[in-house]
Amino acid sequence: MSLDGSYYLVLAAVLFTIGGIGLLVRRNVLVMFMCIELMLNAANLTFVTFSRMLNDIGGQSLVFFVLVVAAAEVVVGLGIIVAIFRRRADATADDLNVLKG
Amino acid sequence: MFAPILAAAPIDLAVFAACALIVLAGALGVVLSRNPVYAALSLVLTLFGVAILFVEQDAQFLAAVQVIVYAGAIVVLFLFVIMLLGVDRQETLGGEPLRAQRPLALIVGLAGLGEVLALARVRTWATGAASSVGPTTGPGSNVEKLARSIFTTYLLPFELTSALLIIAVIGAVVLARRPVRGVPPEALPTEDLDVPVGPGDGVRAVDGEPLADEEVASR
Repeated sequence: MSLDGSYYLVLAAVLFTIGGIGLLVRRNVLVMFMCIELMLNAANLTFVTFSRMLNDIGGQSLVFFVLVVAAAEVVVGLGIIVAIFRRRADATADDLNVLKG
Repeated sequence: MFAPILAAAPIDLAVFAACALIVLAGALGVVLSRNPVYAALSLVLTLFGVAILFVEQDAQFLAAVQVIVYAGAIVVLFLFVIMLLGVDRQETLGGEPLRAQRPLALIVGLAGLGEVLALARVRTWATGAASSVGPTTGPGSNVEKLARSIFTTYLLPFELTSALLIIAVIGAVVLARRPVRGVPPEALPTEDLDVPVGPGDGVRAVDGEPLADEEVASR
């Protein structure tokens, strides 16, 4: 008998929390991006766990789409970061205040 | 809600415990390491742990895709950008603009976690109709069932992902290009964009003297 799904869900919740706290705490844009990936992985783990608990393959299909969207997001996001780095030598989120009124 | 943890087979329990440890250690490494390279490598640790948990839950295809796409492509992209931009130095700690942000972020995050865990007590975690798309168990491999679901029920979203990927590629190409405003590329000074832009620095003089390679690398 496999382990009860609740434990996986709690692990995913903890992983999501770590990612969220990291996103709020860190200053480096790249590390903030990695924290978003952590949160996406926590959501994926939840999807797969529910897929097993409910005996429904739809959860796994959804994870497939999340992976595609995450890949696209990383490509565009890193492109933006590279474009920012061309203009300024620093990668601190607090310094990106060009749009401030 | 929580079945007794010892009711599971010992091997399942051992795999889950080891992977949970790996996943959490990697996640903490991402958040706590000062060097972005270490953070990226910790991210690989977490991604592998999640992939093993996918296998443990009979999602073999997703585990393979997780390793190939995430650990193989996305993390390499991260490392590539880190190396390309030369930001693998430690994060400065001084000059915190919002002094209360870190403790507040910790409080808010832990409050969210507490809320989710409190909701777990209400016994409404996994409800709803079972097998609206197709069962995960039964004859056939995991890949076969997943493919049947993606290519029938989710065919339109699947086709849309191709459009999304094309758009992302075009966007990345556009972002990576250097802006050229009516000037042929060979007429542009080679390094003008590396000069930090200060406030009120809308037009700046360019002396047209290209920097030596060592100077460019040191910036």
